[in-house]
Amino acid sequence: MTDSTSTQVIVDSLINTKPTSSSDWILHHVMDGDYLDFSPFFKLYLPHFELFGIDISITRHVLFMWLGSILLFIIMTRVAKAYKSSMVPKGFTNFWELFIVFVRDEIAKPTIGKGFEKFLPYLLTAFFFILFGNFLGLIPFSATFTSNIAVTATMAIFTFLMIQFGGMRNNGAFGYFKGLIPHGVPGFLLPIMIVVELLGLLSKPFALAIRLFANMTAGHIVIYALISLLFVMQSYLWAGLVVPMALFIYGLEILVALLQAYIFTMLSGLFIGMAVHQDH
Amino acid sequence: MDGSGLAALAAGIGAGLTIIGGALGIGKLAASAMEASGRQPEAAGAIRTSMIIAAALIEGISLFALVICFILAGK
Repeated sequence: MTDSTSTQVIVDSLINTKPTSSSDWILHHVMDGDYLDFSPFFKLYLPHFELFGIDISITRHVLFMWLGSILLFIIMTRVAKAYKSSMVPKGFTNFWELFIVFVRDEIAKPTIGKGFEKFLPYLLTAFFFILFGNFLGLIPFSATFTSNIAVTATMAIFTFLMIQFGGMRNNGAFGYFKGLIPHGVPGFLLPIMIVVELLGLLSKPFALAIRLFANMTAGHIVIYALISLLFVMQSYLWAGLVVPMALFIYGLEILVALLQAYIFTMLSGLFIGMAVHQDH
Repeated sequence: MDGSGLAALAAGIGAGLTIIGGALGIGKLAASAMEASGRQPEAAGAIRTSMIIAAALIEGISLFALVICFILAGK
């Protein structure tokens, strides 16, 4: 049975909600929570749902993931529809075509090679989902859903499944595993190679998940830590140092947002290419 | 005797050591990229792309250690 409490809007004064230390404040903002914090104005509590004992309440990251997905869907369907009238894009479509052609020509074609069209939808989805997630997190008062290990782990699991299905479809189920071990390996190394290659199968998507999660979380923690320095020192004079540094790290975060989307997609393409064309 | 003080100390020292390794690696990478661009300015674009990819991978490794420091600092 579902059990829900209605959304409450509570006007909270800053005095009642002052955290006990700066690390509390930082972690409160970086990690997932069940309220949207518009302090010092108010806190918007999000509803709690429970289904068969599993907690599926709506948290900050869930809300922003829905927002990112809806935004992605609206933008991409609009771009796709614009191609019905003419193949030459203008304006809005032209802007998104830049990114789409970038993913196709710089990521999918060089890494996967022949037969890249089958994997292009997945790579495009991964790229834009992570890009939107990273950029949504840079807006003040919002949350980065790609800094949630569950989201990045799910993306990595999808990449893992694409790698296995792609490899097994082209090389056959047993042929794929046989092809993992390189040619010309002496017989006595075979047991070690089997273990190493199987572990490598699992560790590569694991690294993908952790890389994205840690990059996003660490960047936001640095920004919050610099801002909390102002409150720890309790003097306005520190703002001359804190604000430029925080702005610089904020600009770096914009670069990192783009870069991490690119790296995730490129490494996914690389692993898929290595699985599909095993004779390289 | 609870070890949360030791855990916090370990997190700090671990993060510092991690950053040394990561910064050394990326520094060497940037140095050789600069040298290669100087030798052959036409290849600067391709070198820059490969440099950024390699830097992101090295940073990914140092972030593994950072995640362990997060876990430690929370204890």
